[in-house]
Amino acid sequence: MTEQTHFVEIRHAQKSFGTLEVLKDISLNVERGQIVGIIGSSGSGKSTLLRAINDLDPLTGGEIWLDGVQVNKTLPHRQYEKHINEVRQHVGMVFQHFNLFPHMTARENVTMAPKMLKGLSQADADRLAEEQLDKVGMLERIDYYPSQLSGGQKQRVAIARALAMKPKLMLFDEATSALDPELVEEVNLVMKKLAEEHMTMIIVTHEMDFAASVCDRVLFMDKGVVVEEGPPSVLFKNPTQDRTREFLRKHIEGAS
Amino acid sequence: MDIELMLKVYPFFLEAAWVTILLSVLTAILGLICGTLGAAARLSRFAVLRFLGAAYVSVFRGTPALIQLFILYFGGPQIGIQLDAFEAGVIGLGINAGAYMTETIRGAIIAIDKGQREAARTLGLSSWQATYKVILPQAARLMVRPLGVNLNMLIKATALVAAIAVVELTYTAQRYIGSTYKPFEMFLLAGILYMIIIYVTGRGVAWLDRKVQIT
Repeated sequence: MTEQTHFVEIRHAQKSFGTLEVLKDISLNVERGQIVGIIGSSGSGKSTLLRAINDLDPLTGGEIWLDGVQVNKTLPHRQYEKHINEVRQHVGMVFQHFNLFPHMTARENVTMAPKMLKGLSQADADRLAEEQLDKVGMLERIDYYPSQLSGGQKQRVAIARALAMKPKLMLFDEATSALDPELVEEVNLVMKKLAEEHMTMIIVTHEMDFAASVCDRVLFMDKGVVVEEGPPSVLFKNPTQDRTREFLRKHIEGAS
Repeated sequence: MDIELMLKVYPFFLEAAWVTILLSVLTAILGLICGTLGAAARLSRFAVLRFLGAAYVSVFRGTPALIQLFILYFGGPQIGIQLDAFEAGVIGLGINAGAYMTETIRGAIIAIDKGQREAARTLGLSSWQATYKVILPQAARLMVRPLGVNLNMLIKATALVAAIAVVELTYTAQRYIGSTYKPFEMFLLAGILYMIIIYVTGRGVAWLDRKVQIT
């Protein structure tokens, strides 16, 4: 086994659902503080790749390394569960449909995991909730239930919930795709703020403008492979592959 | 219709109604225990437990409760199970109700969006922590009404234990018919008392359902 030198290292990732191969030998490195965008049409495998990083969708082949630890190592069930729970505490994830816990207030959503897993006292947890919700501009709604919040507000609480675990890496799975257009910006602003704080992020997105403005590097995926990757200035302006050009043409026309 | 007779025997029926209520309560408790274990088995990651859970449900929902009671009460002694009629009634009906509750509880759990478990696991919660902190509190709210239906059915099913001579409402009605020859009045009286029990229980379930909903 070669030594891991990158912060996130994906080696020959392969994933099949039955006979359908959704990831075909993908390798990717992400450095600390980098922001990587993944674009591609639906079914390209971009969400599957993202969900493999914290093992929500386990790979059928290849390796994922995070900060010197192999995420998807082979262990007996109990040991594996312990290992993966530990890994996941360091990886925040934000979902398309927010997945806030509807029976908990914003405060409880944010503090539940830190209290349970890190043994925070109620006072410390409250301070943490205030700090994280303030960061996403949701402090005023700290004691609201998700059903009382708009989509954009829910997503901001979901980001605060992930940040409360003090992750080293944040994964965004189409965080703004389910939002009404007028609510997208407030979530994007929070993500930009994280970018300015040099949070390492991997962002699956449909928003080309956003990807161009925050990402250090963008990957275009199609049919389970990375077709092309590069800095947004290159990938969006001068793509070298036909498939990338085709995709961008459709998307940018579709948007305007 | 002999209302005078109904008023005369009413106190004895009331006493029998308490037996029906006690039977219902004990059956419901046993049913909930069996239903919880059954649902846990059906949702287990172990195939053997899933099979046993499914077998439990199909056997006890696939045969008449009366046959189950007869096997337990009349057939039991043959294989070394000696129970008095009341015990056999509670155990037989409880295990039967548990099979229905297994499906109710399982249904409520699988109705929770899988994103809820994913979000909890992503934060680092173990499977069990995600279950009891995130899934069960939401599933419990979904269970109240359908478990109320199970409870309604179970209360009415207690009438079956008259067939093994437990002195509850139905048996009492039959006994008084023997001495009064007034089946209409006696069964009507029993029916009214069943309805009161069911009505009060139904209101209780509705109250609980309102109480547990998220604002």
